[in-house]
Amino acid sequence: MNPLYRRRLFVNRMNLVMSLLTMAFGMVFLLWILWVLFATGLAALSPALFTEMTPPPGSAGGLANPIYGSIVIVFVATFISTPIGILAGIYLAEYGKDGWIARLTRFINDILLSAPSIIMGLFVYTVYVAQVGHFSGWAGSFALGLIAIPVVVRTTENMLRLVPASLREAAVALGAPMWQVILRVTLKAVRGGVITGILLAVARMSGETAPLLFTALNNQFWSVDMNAPMANLPVVIFQFALSPFDDWRLLAWGGALLITLTVLVINILARSVFRQTAVR
Amino acid sequence: MTTATASMQPTITAPEELRAERQPTPPSERRGAAPWQDALFERTTMFFAVFVLLLLVAIIGALLWTAVPAFQKFGIAFFFTDVWDPVKLDFGALAPIYGTLVTSAIALLIGVPVSFGIALFLTEMCPVILKRPLGTAVELLAAVPSIIYGMWGLFVFAPVFGDYVQPLLTRTFGNLWILGPLFQGAPNGIGMLSAGFILSIMVIPFIASVMRDVFEIVPPVLKESAYGIGATTWEVVWNVVLPYTKVGVIGGIMLGLGRALGETMAVTFVIGNAYRISASLFNPGNSIASALANEFNEAAEPIHRASLIALGLVLFLLTVIVLACSRLLLAQLAKGEGHKT
Repeated sequence: MNPLYRRRLFVNRMNLVMSLLTMAFGMVFLLWILWVLFATGLAALSPALFTEMTPPPGSAGGLANPIYGSIVIVFVATFISTPIGILAGIYLAEYGKDGWIARLTRFINDILLSAPSIIMGLFVYTVYVAQVGHFSGWAGSFALGLIAIPVVVRTTENMLRLVPASLREAAVALGAPMWQVILRVTLKAVRGGVITGILLAVARMSGETAPLLFTALNNQFWSVDMNAPMANLPVVIFQFALSPFDDWRLLAWGGALLITLTVLVINILARSVFRQTAVR
Repeated sequence: MTTATASMQPTITAPEELRAERQPTPPSERRGAAPWQDALFERTTMFFAVFVLLLLVAIIGALLWTAVPAFQKFGIAFFFTDVWDPVKLDFGALAPIYGTLVTSAIALLIGVPVSFGIALFLTEMCPVILKRPLGTAVELLAAVPSIIYGMWGLFVFAPVFGDYVQPLLTRTFGNLWILGPLFQGAPNGIGMLSAGFILSIMVIPFIASVMRDVFEIVPPVLKESAYGIGATTWEVVWNVVLPYTKVGVIGGIMLGLGRALGETMAVTFVIGNAYRISASLFNPGNSIASALANEFNEAAEPIHRASLIALGLVLFLLTVIVLACSRLLLAQLAKGEGHKT
């Protein structure tokens, strides 16, 4: 075996081992974070967490109002962003195609997809909160909706593009007008994929804190009024985690475990649904 | 259209109403479907597409409009002063901009090689059965909410980092010529370096998944010919796969950079929130996003608020430029794909 060959083999083996180590590096941090979350968060999980209000410092309580607030805010945001995202996605895939409007929209949508979420909060603050003069659950939903729209647009378009042209042609040949072809044939064929996109958007919204800071703010009490500041899990976690009180910190870990579990479960669910029903 | 067809058939002598019945109706008029429905639907979808398009313009416009007082008062010097004094109402953006750039640079310095390693592992080394679960696991790293990284970073990671890693860094690099000052200072766990490190873990899934995707579009023929003349796996990746996909790899790195610049909650927890520019990476600093998260709701004075919004505008423009470059590079690769394979 000549020295050059030996050196090449050595370099190869070195780098492959390094590659294995980087993979291990990533996994170590994922497991470390999850382990810490479960180890500290499980102690906070109790029925009281779901039934009692956020306490003043130094007394027992739960997270009932932020849990409710988060669910409502995310639900409304999904309700706003889904139709907008799906319709815009339909335009890109079915009408706009390679026209300049569609190309530009696609480009901008991809930028918005990774734009900082705190900016969405700032934007809703300037155009809505500052104008009406108070923080509100609605504003929180708007900010989260702006984050979800690009995700839904992207997946809807990608999914619609997978539908074979023959399917559309068959429907057109039967005499169906274009809008019925799209809504009742092509969109229906990729239902699973589009739902996956919506689920991924919901998962992303559930964990976002930054856009809610300047919009929904927080509320220490039970409130169902979307037009007033509204408690929500991420902001409560932020406030409680940075506080000096032990019981607040424990509640923060409990809340952290809740949202992480929600996000991870939705993610895994979305990925498995997607695998089965993408294109048949 | 109906009258035109009728006039072209003068030989038919059937009564008027029968003749009308034989005319084929255009598809759009059948079963009550009027052409306006199609047009309306197309316009509606177009309206929402344009809505997305205008969102970017609206964001820049709204932020610019509300930031005007800050630009008027401080002028161009806003970007070059590192004073941030909410009491005297004197604001300059240099310190948070510096913090944003430095933490993002650290994130890329650590994140890019690690992501490359992970992409290499997933495309070239990983047993087929493990490919999917491990790929999903890496993507789950991106799904963990940012505030969780913040809590973990502050309560778990920072103490370990301050007790073991920072003293080690000071001992190893602290006496070096130019790099030395970067690693000197009190090892208290939080600061720019910790923020950059946690950011690197957060951007790894984004960069790694783009790299993995572009590595997988390399035509097998290219790799097989390299293997055929006796190249090792590393040589194939370094001399064939990487040159072929370099545009896409750079696009992926830019995507990671765009994420790192705007990451808020994780950085807010560990960066230390101090408006100063110091040589040591161990010292606390501030990024644009963390300044916004910490201060915006407490900013009572209009000029304070306007200055924070001006910071937000700087951040947004910065990320838009970086992300636009990333998308253009990735699109260029996708275009080449069609010709070469």
